[in-house]
Amino acid sequence: MNAEPIANPKLIVKNLNFYYGADRALKDINLTIPEKMVTAFIGPSGCGKSTLLRTFNRMYQLYPKQRAEGEILMDGQNLLDKKQDLNTLRAKVGMVFQKPTPFPMSIYDNIAFGVKLYENLSSHEMAERVEWALKKAALWNEVKDKLKQSGTGLSGGQQQRLCIARAIAVKPQVLLLDEPTSALDPISTAHIEKLVDELKKDFTIVIVTHNMQQAARVSDYTAYMYLGDLVEFGDTSTVFTNPKRKETEDYITGRFG
Amino acid sequence: MPTSQLDHRLKRQNLLDILFRGLTRFSALAVLTLLLGIILSLVIGSVPAIKEFGWGFLVSSDWNPVTDRYGALVPIVGTLVTASIALLIAIPVSFGIALFLTELSPQWLRRPLGIAIELLAGIPSIIYGMWGLFIFVPFFADHIEPWINDHLGHVPLISPLFTGPNMGISILAAGIILAIMVIPFIASVMRDVFDVVPSMLKESAYGLGATTWEVMYRVVLPYTKIGVVGGIMLGLGRALGETMAVTFVIGNAHRLNASLLYPGNSISSALANEFTEAVGDLYTSSLIELGLILFFITFVVLSLARLLLLKLTQREGR
Repeated sequence: MNAEPIANPKLIVKNLNFYYGADRALKDINLTIPEKMVTAFIGPSGCGKSTLLRTFNRMYQLYPKQRAEGEILMDGQNLLDKKQDLNTLRAKVGMVFQKPTPFPMSIYDNIAFGVKLYENLSSHEMAERVEWALKKAALWNEVKDKLKQSGTGLSGGQQQRLCIARAIAVKPQVLLLDEPTSALDPISTAHIEKLVDELKKDFTIVIVTHNMQQAARVSDYTAYMYLGDLVEFGDTSTVFTNPKRKETEDYITGRFG
Repeated sequence: MPTSQLDHRLKRQNLLDILFRGLTRFSALAVLTLLLGIILSLVIGSVPAIKEFGWGFLVSSDWNPVTDRYGALVPIVGTLVTASIALLIAIPVSFGIALFLTELSPQWLRRPLGIAIELLAGIPSIIYGMWGLFIFVPFFADHIEPWINDHLGHVPLISPLFTGPNMGISILAAGIILAIMVIPFIASVMRDVFDVVPSMLKESAYGLGATTWEVMYRVVLPYTKIGVVGGIMLGLGRALGETMAVTFVIGNAHRLNASLLYPGNSISSALANEFTEAVGDLYTSSLIELGLILFFITFVVLSLARLLLLKLTQREGR
């Protein structure tokens, strides 16, 4: 299925199966996510794209009946290994959700929250880190005068950039974006997409989106999924202009889904 | 439908609306009237005591029906101290229960545990009182008080609080019984408000690598603070006003003592014990003034809770 091998893999998924109780939601997924690029997962609702994303930081483990089988290798280490420490994994793999989820605390503390879990910074270093993260997330200019105000008082788009800043403040290697713009207006969406383009210089980004134009705009590689199968994976321009599979073409041209 | 019939229907609906509005307004006003009526009758009833003792009533520890001298200090202190002990124990325990029920408990255990807590809240207070007197107090006297005397009775600074006779009946025993009584209230409110926290918010904190404790303490608790404070206030309200259970174990002694191991008195148990035998206007009036004070304490506590919430919201940066 992979036409050209990916030169610099960050995550390698091997024979991944996922179960919600007895339901098999992912079927033998094999996939390679390239480093410092944007990979998009597209497909109709319920195809398993979010499920696949949530295996990368093992978020599913919060829920007792969900389990994954197979391997996900990051730098040669299997993330699904029982010995893998969850908190260290989540320091390396950050996540941003469908809706902005600022914590009920000040903007500054929102960013500092995650950093404090791993690092013991002086207040000066912490201030620098907060500024760094907010600048990376293109939010600094809008909030620099109100860092002590509540994060919940920002607009939706600003809140989502705050969540991105919060995720990158712990300096992860991989950033998972689960439909990050689905609750945002077009202008905020454009902000986030521009940001994703900037962030891929430093982070490996995986984005789930139900918006095909968005996938085409922001991603370098695209995976099309349907009913738990990975139907097609390749570089974005090929998948969108010259798909190998009929199903992919049907979905992309809007004949289905 | 002919117009006349339509008119008729509209008129009827209009009338019903007016009736309904009047009824709800009446209910709302009834609450206010009742409240004012109770306050007024308490004030009128305590006029003789207020005239006789003035502000001195609040700071005097006299309570002598023979010489007809009364002061409210002992029951006020007893009420505040027992309620504080109760909250000191109940808040962390309830938080633990709610945390376990919402985050850690296996699914099959959640319902039975939740129901058990609600049942505990439904037990009449007289039963807590009896259980306290016949089972808890002897156990407390034989096993816990000697330990407290031996271990805490020699710690500098706090030793005066923890030295005393090993007889079970005491302010501390009353506080502990109260804690057991308010835990189900606080815990079930906390569980309910923790349950409605969006899972995405919790996932974002878990997604940063926070542990369950960090998620609960630093994200869920601030997010639900209004509900949590409300639950605590519900518990505090019950602790301040609880009568039967406290009467059984507090000892009803009008004596002021620094140690928590001595018997004492609370406002509500003083009222329950002495109203029937209160002879003379001044005695009755002093008891009514005690009731007024309890009313006032509850009011102040509720206002302080509001203030606390306001402060918390400000600190969060809104």
